[in-house]
Amino acid sequence: MENEVVLLDLWASMYGMRVRIALAEKGIKYEYIEEDIWNKSDLLLQMNPVHKKVPVLIHKGKPICESLIAVQYIDEVWNDRSPLLPSDPYQRSQARFWADYVDKKIYDLAKKVWARKGEEQEAGKKEFIEALQLLEAELGDKPFFGGDKLGFVDISLVTFYSWFYAVETIGNFSIESECPKFISWAKRCLQKESVANTLPNSERVYEFLLDAKKRLGIE
Amino acid sequence: MGESEVKVIGKWSSPYVMRVKIALRIKSIEHEHFEETLNPKSDLLLKSNPVYARVPVLIHHGKPISESLFIVEYIDETWSNNNSPSILPSDPYDRAIARFWATYIDEKWFPSMKSIITVETEEREPYYKVMEEVVERVEEAFGKCSKGKPFFGGDSVGFLDIAFGSFLGWLHVTESLYGRKVLVEAKAPSLVKWAERFADDPAVKGLIPDHDKLLEISKPLQIKWRALAAVGKKY
Repeated sequence: MENEVVLLDLWASMYGMRVRIALAEKGIKYEYIEEDIWNKSDLLLQMNPVHKKVPVLIHKGKPICESLIAVQYIDEVWNDRSPLLPSDPYQRSQARFWADYVDKKIYDLAKKVWARKGEEQEAGKKEFIEALQLLEAELGDKPFFGGDKLGFVDISLVTFYSWFYAVETIGNFSIESECPKFISWAKRCLQKESVANTLPNSERVYEFLLDAKKRLGIE
Repeated sequence: MGESEVKVIGKWSSPYVMRVKIALRIKSIEHEHFEETLNPKSDLLLKSNPVYARVPVLIHHGKPISESLFIVEYIDETWSNNNSPSILPSDPYDRAIARFWATYIDEKWFPSMKSIITVETEEREPYYKVMEEVVERVEEAFGKCSKGKPFFGGDSVGFLDIAFGSFLGWLHVTESLYGRKVLVEAKAPSLVKWAERFADDPAVKGLIPDHDKLLEISKPLQIKWRALAAVGKKY
């Protein structure tokens, strides 16, 4: 049954990690295929011709692209256990809204920090912290964005935590000093097996990012 | 169900607001409309959508929901038992595909139109290329999603019909402004026919903003978008 579910992914991808956490939460066995994103496979190009990106979830031979869409798909198909989205339509709309906010903001703002220099980088740091603080406010007193349990927004966001060391090192700043609540939430998520087993070593991610910068010609 | 239980903060010219209106019509839900001026932004908007301060916002039982596609999903899930058609497909894989194409459209379609209107003539070509690629891909997607039926959603207007069709008004304006058509029979025979069916559907009729009124506001919008672009902001 293992090759009924296949995941094309990159170990360092915060988007791929979301799908891996979802699959782990549901206890789904799957075949993991590591993609060399600098030398994309025919399979990837065939399964995601539009974006040519990982992750791609393949279920019974049919591809599902875009990590948040894949996570929702997993939740809907394996709907007999560990719900990832709330059951109430209003709560669901809020979960989708905030996961989408993460998609719209966090990667691009982090990139401003690791890819730019000088004034642009400083502006990036400020905006990145502001976005995290907005998320802290949304979390409020709850242990997770999903309430008592890890949910859709937690899964969409916690994967970026594995990139924090890299971003802090390159940007020469401390995220924890500005957003302590965010960090304690992330560490709380890491107490869950699905998250702890998925998030890669931060220093490895930092090396990956340095290498990526070289390949992309970013100083 | 009183009218004021469902409120929409909208703007007559917004394709994103149109999506919400179509969804409410499909579900036969009455609502109160609040026309947002956007200049300045109303207190109601700032309070209801503090993160983006933009339309549409649906307010149901006093609780606001923002972002058009999430509002449409909310409408579909909330009013799922009143004998009205479903908006999202019932099969999880079909739903994933519908969401995929809706996201793709949001990323590429209207932003390209806005860019074509905003940039100088000689800079437009790349955006036309993007639009032509979208047409090609969505034409193919239509074949796969509709499975021989009249709409992406099958027998009735569904999620992807709403996501793509909401831009028909602005598409026609963009095509008129510079005399270059993008949704053409030679490249997209199915979509051209679909567009006519969509515009004529009872769920949609009258909701596509008037062509001449959109043309009228395209000039002030061009000025506004050019000003934003000049200071490196998203328009």
